[in-house]
Amino acid sequence: MSGSSVVAKPTIRQSFSARVAALPKPVKIALWVGLVVLLYLLPVLDPPLLSTPDTNFGGVLFTVATYSLVALGLNIVIGYAGLLDLGYVGFYAVGAYTVAVLTSEHASWPLLLAVPVAVVASLVSGVILGVPTLRVRGDYLAIVTLGFGEIIRLVAVNSEWLGSAAGISNLGKPPSIQLFDIPHLSWDGIVASVDLDDTSAFLVFGVVDRTPYYWLALTILLLVLWADILIKNSRVGRAWEATREDEDVAELMGVPTFKFKLLAFAMGAFIGGLAGALYASKQGFISPNSFLLLFSILFVAAVVVGGQGNRWGVVAGAALVAYLPERFREFTEWRVLVFGLALMLLAIFRPQGLLPPRRSVRARRLDERLGAIEGRGQTNA
Amino acid sequence: METGLTFLLENFVTLTVTGLTLGAIYALIALGYTMVYGVLQLINFAHSEVFMYGTFAATWAVMALGGAPRGSLTEIIGWLLAALVAAVATSAGIALLLERVAYRPLRRRGAPRLIALISAIGASFVLAEIIGLRDKITGAVGLDDQLSEYVRNAREGTGFPQIVKTRVLFDLGDYGVTNVDVIVISSALVMMLLLDLFVNRTRLGRGIRAVAQDSETAALMGVNSDRIVQLTFLLGGVAAGVAAVLYMIQVGSTRFNAGFLLGVKAFTAAVLGGIGNLRGALVGGFVLGLAENYGSAIIGTQWQDVVAFLLLVVILLFRPTGLLGESLGKVRT
Repeated sequence: MSGSSVVAKPTIRQSFSARVAALPKPVKIALWVGLVVLLYLLPVLDPPLLSTPDTNFGGVLFTVATYSLVALGLNIVIGYAGLLDLGYVGFYAVGAYTVAVLTSEHASWPLLLAVPVAVVASLVSGVILGVPTLRVRGDYLAIVTLGFGEIIRLVAVNSEWLGSAAGISNLGKPPSIQLFDIPHLSWDGIVASVDLDDTSAFLVFGVVDRTPYYWLALTILLLVLWADILIKNSRVGRAWEATREDEDVAELMGVPTFKFKLLAFAMGAFIGGLAGALYASKQGFISPNSFLLLFSILFVAAVVVGGQGNRWGVVAGAALVAYLPERFREFTEWRVLVFGLALMLLAIFRPQGLLPPRRSVRARRLDERLGAIEGRGQTNA
Repeated sequence: METGLTFLLENFVTLTVTGLTLGAIYALIALGYTMVYGVLQLINFAHSEVFMYGTFAATWAVMALGGAPRGSLTEIIGWLLAALVAAVATSAGIALLLERVAYRPLRRRGAPRLIALISAIGASFVLAEIIGLRDKITGAVGLDDQLSEYVRNAREGTGFPQIVKTRVLFDLGDYGVTNVDVIVISSALVMMLLLDLFVNRTRLGRGIRAVAQDSETAALMGVNSDRIVQLTFLLGGVAAGVAAVLYMIQVGSTRFNAGFLLGVKAFTAAVLGGIGNLRGALVGGFVLGLAENYGSAIIGTQWQDVVAFLLLVVILLFRPTGLLGESLGKVRT
């Protein structure tokens, strides 16, 4: 194929990633470590423009990290396995409510014990939903999952046991140990100085300063990212890809597609539940209003905006979806309108998402090249 | 509130009639979903907004005429027609605009269907927020004083002047069937009949069926598929406009987000009946309306929506193509 006369020009992104790939390994590792350290220090650095003036920056970053986590989980379902899930918030809610019930309402478990239970509960709910519904076709799955998300919320609204519409408060926090304080930077224009009055305690999970929660969420996010890389490159990842591209062919090739779809669904639910548990613990209270259908749609938007199937893309998409509304709080009234416009513009002008997976870029280019050889124009299916 | 099986049996007629009126509105909205899905295999997520614009158009048309008429029957009919024309024209216009702005550019590029859904969601947000922010928007261009009657309290409910006074026409069991019930159910049936005739008996209807079955072959046979898609959206918009007027007569108030839940339910009804199937939309709508009413009578009204979604899940498990199967759309593997 490379011998073909029609060679597409490398894009900026390609030449950038090629240049990074060409670096010697120690440099690459150093770059990654630097990036991770920068991410951890972000709330302390409080960079101007990026920092949010109206809300605690650590809290906003926590939201960004949780959304990224959710997007990673949903990306397994939508991006890898190709199953459209419009009720993902249901799993998020199962995780959050399990933590809430176990740590405050009906038992007073420590959070660290409740989180694994929450995650397992969420996984089980994913399997329970998946076994009957994964046999139905794609679009129906979307609507069935949408129904599931709403059912979970309505059950919470209508059960005394789950706190009804008022929700559950006084949730458990992660255990705190105060080791030392980290001062924040304060910026005057472009000049930075260390502000000793404004500190984040390591590691106290408080109500005002949300930075420790961000560190926790970021740690979990990085672990999940790592697991995601491992699983995507394994046999399982290839099976998902085959199932997504053509289920019948995959089945003929010996891939038990139903099992792998169920696995994708369960893993998605697992990560969703984990994100929900984290969110519940940081928030301290939960109510059914935190789990509206709108959030499912936001999550799907994050995945598709970023480029479904590409983990970096969906993390970036989630970061945008979570961050922009917080940064521009002064335009609160207009933000849904602007968000809707942005979704439409993106769909029309960049339908493959901001960062499409390399594989689909390759496939598209190959398709174009074949088209050029066969002499047909742009396909307009 | 009292619930349980005896409650259901005691109020069976009442629940059936109100369930049918609810179902009639679901069915009319479901038509829009089912036709677009049949032709494009696209969930037109913004169809709920097409309906919502119809409710506002009907309300504003009546307000512009000076509120509810006091006079004779002819006057009432005139007012209703005005509301109907306004709602149908607006809904159809919004549906066509949607097709032009949010979907056609994507179809031209052959974008994946999931992207079309994202575009639809974006369009839905934009349309709903324009109504929800109408006071701010008219304020920005300095028109809010002249239009204050129409734009104030943009995020609250807007009432519909009572044109049709509810009157009991005849008794059925222990329930007095009202004129509103009769209007809603019969209009939905007539609308459905007309649409069914149009799709099955006319030249344009044949075009719709052809594109739904196989758009490429249809194009080779000389069917202008862009026109057919426009026509599909137009018909869906007309049905939504009729639904909007019926909804306003029955419920009497609307909001910028009134379309959302109703849209989800209507889509559920479409899937229930067999998506892409016009008669399926009717059956699905009525079944859903009845099931919601019976279900909430047995276990309580707060579970109404849960009943709807559970019914959907159960039906899809045992009959994945819906109650009547998919007929407008092609048979897919």
